[in-house]
Amino acid sequence: MSTHEDKGHIIPNSTLVAVWLALLVLTVITVAASRVDLGALNIWVALGIACSKSALVITFFMHMKYENWLFRLFLLIALVTLAVFIGFTFFDTLYRQPI
Amino acid sequence: MNQTASTTISRGFWDAPGGRKGIGAWIFSTDHKRIGLLYFYSTLAFFCVGVLLGLALRFELFQPGADFFTAQQYNSIFTLHGVVMIFLFIIPGIPAAFGNLVMPIQIGAEDVAFPRLNLLSWWLYMIGAIMALTSLFTGGGAPDTGWTFYVPFSVRTTTNVSLATLAVFIIGFSGILTGLNFLVTIHRLRAPGMTWWRIPLFTWALYATAWVQVLATPVLGITVLLIFAERVIGSGVFDPARGGDPVMYQHLFWIYSHPAVYIMILPGMGVITDIIPVFARKPVFGYKAIAISSLAIAGAGSVVWAHHMVTSGMSDIAVMIFSLLTFLVAIPSAIKVFNWVATLYKGSIQLDPPLLFALSFIVLFSIGGLTGLVLGSAATDVHVHDTYFVVGHFHFVMFGGTGFAFFAAMHYWLPKFYGRMYNKKAAVWGWALMTFGFLVLYMSMMIVGMEGMPRRYYDYLPKFTFWNQMSTIGSWFLAIGLLIVFVNIFRGLFKGEPVGSNPWGGATLEWQTPSPPPLENFEAEPVVTHGPYEYKKAGIL
Repeated sequence: MSTHEDKGHIIPNSTLVAVWLALLVLTVITVAASRVDLGALNIWVALGIACSKSALVITFFMHMKYENWLFRLFLLIALVTLAVFIGFTFFDTLYRQPI
Repeated sequence: MNQTASTTISRGFWDAPGGRKGIGAWIFSTDHKRIGLLYFYSTLAFFCVGVLLGLALRFELFQPGADFFTAQQYNSIFTLHGVVMIFLFIIPGIPAAFGNLVMPIQIGAEDVAFPRLNLLSWWLYMIGAIMALTSLFTGGGAPDTGWTFYVPFSVRTTTNVSLATLAVFIIGFSGILTGLNFLVTIHRLRAPGMTWWRIPLFTWALYATAWVQVLATPVLGITVLLIFAERVIGSGVFDPARGGDPVMYQHLFWIYSHPAVYIMILPGMGVITDIIPVFARKPVFGYKAIAISSLAIAGAGSVVWAHHMVTSGMSDIAVMIFSLLTFLVAIPSAIKVFNWVATLYKGSIQLDPPLLFALSFIVLFSIGGLTGLVLGSAATDVHVHDTYFVVGHFHFVMFGGTGFAFFAAMHYWLPKFYGRMYNKKAAVWGWALMTFGFLVLYMSMMIVGMEGMPRRYYDYLPKFTFWNQMSTIGSWFLAIGLLIVFVNIFRGLFKGEPVGSNPWGGATLEWQTPSPPPLENFEAEPVVTHGPYEYKKAGIL
């Protein structure tokens, strides 16, 4: 199995700048979305934007796109676990009886 | 027993102190065996503290009324009993002590992947432990919340909850680092020929446990920090008056603490799985099913947390979904139990002390598991919630399960690391008294719980007296059994007859190296050519 050290990768500046600009645009969308009340969709929009931003950072800035499949699998397991923890909590909070 | 004991034993890693003297050769060592023994003695010391606290609680409950303690003292003692037993003994007990001692040898490695990180894990554990014990004597007095630190009481109480939660936060880091270390070690440091389907099932169980430690423990860290923030800066996250949600605390706490139950039990199951085929003299039944069931328990066990919260006021939909999910965990657990029994079937059974503890494990864990279904089912849970039935149930799983597995591991593996054997007859007496005392102690709790006695009170109605007295008497038998086991095993390890490299006739790699093992575990790198339980291929049968 090839190791992490064998696979050094330099990302072109143009890609890094493009990702940075995308992050800035998403930040503007975050602020804008917080001023609109979408009801139950609020949480989905907020989490969607946050996931997109972190996906960009992890994929390009943290080089996950160029990593061994095993590391990508491990990251995926961690993210899916977190999503399940958050998602399953909504079985309670979305359906709670009014007091 | 295919090895003859030599009269002059090599002291192996004991003679390699790493250029340091005295205690420094231990507390600054990066050898996984020394760190394993550090963990072993630390966890054992805290176990003894926990036992004394438990005995004190049973003394108080021998008869109704206030006898030895005030209500406040009783609350502090059961909180400390829970915190010490859960965070300082059961969680690190098997994975950190026996995992460190045995796992690298079982996969043919010289050490863990990150030896310094391993030492740091022990230091963090000890720092957290000292902080937890310090919380007893400082601030507003010993915490009185129970080990769960439920809000709003944990935010309002004037006792020293802040220091205790910080201690738990630090101990959590220790577990995360150990889990990370084990994951990398199992992936990267296996000996040539040690394929995934040749890994011993104790190591498989540690692998599944390590994933839970890495993925779930950070949630505990966040949760206890939120309590700390709530107490110190009044953040209001759990305060409904300020838009917070107290039930959310219970979600966060159990998102970690239910998977933590599997951090506690999975390594114990791994110990039992390694012991049974050796003493049944036949290969384990359903190797792959047991390995996969460890992963399935880790996975399914991570999504059932809210079954602790049936009466908390959470939504009915959540009650039903988490109740259903809880039943799913029974499937991989039952796979293990059936496979253990099938391994024993038609075996040539040697009733040595490790197997006796393992057999007790199967019976006690099965009772604990089945009574868990009573609690997992929402319809029955509401009736027995917060009664002594729950206390009886989780002691069956945690002590009858993990605790007995810990003692099985002691009797199975410690002769390997000391090169000497204990007195087996005395060990059998200790086991018998422990098992008898255990059943009387905790069966009585389940009965009195079914009769309606609530948990966490220092007093009770006179009608509950008989079963409480039975329970307390059982605790004395258990304590005598423990005393016999400790005196016998430590006298044997330091003064017993020398043993050869393979006293039990095991086929896994730890039995193919001298007792005690040398500094880097093997005289030459092992090459694995057969599975861990193929005794004929290993030339043992």
